[in-house]
Amino acid sequence: MTTVQIENENPVQPFLRMDRMPHIWCPGCGIGTTVNCFTRALIESKADLSKVAVVSGIGCTGRVAGYVNLDSFHTTHGRAIPFATGLKLANPKLNVVVYSGDGDLFAIGGNHLIHAARRNVDLKVICVNNLIYAMTGGQTAPTTPGAVITSTSPYGTYDPSFNIPHLVEAAGAVYVARWTTFHVRQLAKSMNEMFQKKGFGFIEVLSPCPTLYQRRNKMGDGLDAMKFYKEHSKVKHGCPTSEVSLTKAGEIIVGKFVDRERPEYSDLMHAHLREQLGEAYVEAEQVEMEHTLCS
Amino acid sequence: MNADPRGVLTGSHFLDGDHAACEGALAAGARFAAGYPITPSTEVVERYAMRAPKVGGTFIQMEDELAASIAIQGAVWGGAKAFTVTSGPGFSLMMEHIGYAAMTETPCVFVDVQRGGPSTGLPTLPAQADMMQVRWGSHGDYEIIALCPNSPQECFDLMITAFNMSEKYRVPTFLMMDEVVGHMTEKVVIPSADQIYVEPRNFTAKEPAAFKAYEACGEECVPEMVMAGEGYNIHVTGLTHDERGYPNMTPPVQDTLLKRLVGKIRDNADKICLYEEADTEGADIVVVSYGITSRVAQRAIDLAHEQGIKVGKFRLITAWPFPEKKIAEIAGKVKALVVPELNMGQMVREVERCAGGKAKVLAVPHAGGSVHRPEDILKAIVEVAR
Repeated sequence: MTTVQIENENPVQPFLRMDRMPHIWCPGCGIGTTVNCFTRALIESKADLSKVAVVSGIGCTGRVAGYVNLDSFHTTHGRAIPFATGLKLANPKLNVVVYSGDGDLFAIGGNHLIHAARRNVDLKVICVNNLIYAMTGGQTAPTTPGAVITSTSPYGTYDPSFNIPHLVEAAGAVYVARWTTFHVRQLAKSMNEMFQKKGFGFIEVLSPCPTLYQRRNKMGDGLDAMKFYKEHSKVKHGCPTSEVSLTKAGEIIVGKFVDRERPEYSDLMHAHLREQLGEAYVEAEQVEMEHTLCS
Repeated sequence: MNADPRGVLTGSHFLDGDHAACEGALAAGARFAAGYPITPSTEVVERYAMRAPKVGGTFIQMEDELAASIAIQGAVWGGAKAFTVTSGPGFSLMMEHIGYAAMTETPCVFVDVQRGGPSTGLPTLPAQADMMQVRWGSHGDYEIIALCPNSPQECFDLMITAFNMSEKYRVPTFLMMDEVVGHMTEKVVIPSADQIYVEPRNFTAKEPAAFKAYEACGEECVPEMVMAGEGYNIHVTGLTHDERGYPNMTPPVQDTLLKRLVGKIRDNADKICLYEEADTEGADIVVVSYGITSRVAQRAIDLAHEQGIKVGKFRLITAWPFPEKKIAEIAGKVKALVVPELNMGQMVREVERCAGGKAKVLAVPHAGGSVHRPEDILKAIVEVAR
C-alpha cells in the first residue's frame, strides 16, 4: 500500500510574516498571487534570502514589503526606486527587488523609474498593474485605459494611458516582460529569469481589482477577471513593445519582450573610475556590521 | 572611535565653507552622497565627487531632490554613512523624506546652504530663511537637530558633529549654512584622524530572534540598529509602527512611538545644545544671533561697547533643539534681547517664547540678499538701551 504524504504547510509560508496575517488585500485581488509567484521564483533561484531586500512604495502593492519575511522597506509614495538605488550602491551584495504598483512607479515615481533604467542599476522591478489607484479609492491612474469609469473620471477616462513595457524599454531596461495573474507559472519563471540577469529588470503583472476597477465598470469579480485574462491574453515573446498597449476590453499581449545586454551601472562606474584614476581609485568597501553592545 | 585616516585631509587649508563641509563629511566617515545641483550648495558635492572615488566613497547625482533625499536613506540601511546637500527650493522638495528619516529613525545628514526666498528667490545670495522649515517643514510631530556654522572652520567641525549626533540619536541632522558662510574662504585646520571622534553606528549584538528593530534602548531611548543583508529580516516603514517595526495604526501605538521620537531629543536637549556666550554676566542687553549674522553682530557689539553699553553675545550653534533654558535664564537677568536674522523674523519667535515677557525682545529683520550693516544692529542695541 502506498502512503501519501500530505504537506500541512504551504511551501511559501516561511517567506511570509505569518504574525501579520490576515493581510489587507480584498477578495479577488491579484497581489497575493504575485507574491506567491515571487516566493516560488526565490525558491527556484536558490538565492541567499538574507541578501534579498524588498523595497516598496505606497498603495496596495506597497504593502508587499510588510508581508514578506525578508529585509523589507516600505518607503514613500513613488520613491521606492531611488531608495533601492541607494541601498544597492551602498551594499552591492544585496539583491534588491522593487515591488510596487503602477501608480507608484509610473505616476509619482515615473521620473525615478526612467532614470534608474537609463543608468541600468541592478534592480529587479515587479510592477503590479491593476490599472487604477486602489488604496486611495479607485481614482484614475496613468495606466487606466480609455473609457473606464473611476472615482475621478465619472464620465469615463479620456487621458491617453501609458504603454508601460514600451516606456521601460525606451528608458534602457535590459529585461522587460508582462504577464497576468492568470499566468502563474510563466510569471514565476519569468521572475526567476529576471533575478538571474544583472541590470535593470522589469516585469509588469496585470492584476485584478474587483473592488474598485471592475465593480464600477460592471466587469464582474476576481474570477471573471481570470476568465478575461485567459480569453484575451496572447503570448508573443519578443513582440515589439510599441505594439503591446492595453485597452479596456481588447487583447492582452504577454510574454518576454526584451532580453538584452547593457553595462550595469556599478560595473560601468568601477570600470570608468579605474580607467580615469588608476591606482588612486579606491573601490567602496562593504560595511560589516560591528557587533557592539548598546551602551 | 577615531576617524578613518583615508578620509582626513590633515593640515591647514584655505577653503570655502562648502568645501570645508565636504571635508567634514569625509572625516566623519560619509562614504555615500547623493545630490541634485542647486546654487549655492553644489560645491559641497562637487568636491565630494572629486574626492570620494579616492577614499572608497560613492557619489551619485540623482534626477531630483526627492530622489537624492531618499537614496541616502537607502544607503544608510545598506550600512553607509550618507548625506545630501541642497538649498531652499530643493530643501522644500526634500521635506517628505525628512519626515521619513524621522519616522524610520534613519541617521543621515542634510546640508542646507540657505539662499533668499520664497520660491526661486535669490539663487546666489544669502538668507537664513529656512530656519522654521527645517524645524517644521515635514508633516506630523517630530524632532531634528540643526547646527549653524559661522565660518568655514565650523563648516568642517560641525559637519562631524552633525554626523555624530545623527548616529547617536538616529535623527536627520542638518547643517544650516548660508550663502556667505558657504562661499567665504578662510583658513581651515583639519586635525589628524586620531584627534577626530567619530560616533560608530550602534549595531545590535542581539541575535535576529531576540531583536526588535524599534525597541527603545539605553538612556537616550534610541533603538539599536541593523543593516540589510545580515539576516535580521527587518521591516522599515513610514507608517506608525510597533517595536517590531510592524505597521500598527492605533492611537496607543502612535502615542508610544511619537512620545519616544520627540522625547529622545527633547529630553536630551541639554546634552545636544551647543552655544557660545560672552559678556552676558552683568549685561543689560544680549544679542542673540547665529550663522553669518553672528559675525556682523560682533562688530555691532564692539561698537556698543565703545559707547559704554553693557551688551553681551549669545550665539546659537545648535538652533534645534532650541536652548530654551539658557535663553530663559538670560532673559531673567537682562533688560532686552536683540535678535538680528537674515529673515523677516523666525528664530526671534523662539527667543520671545523663552523670554516669557521677562525681557524686551527686539527683532532686527533683514530680507536677505546681503548681510546686515553693523549699524542696523547697533541702532537696535542703542534703542533698547535707552
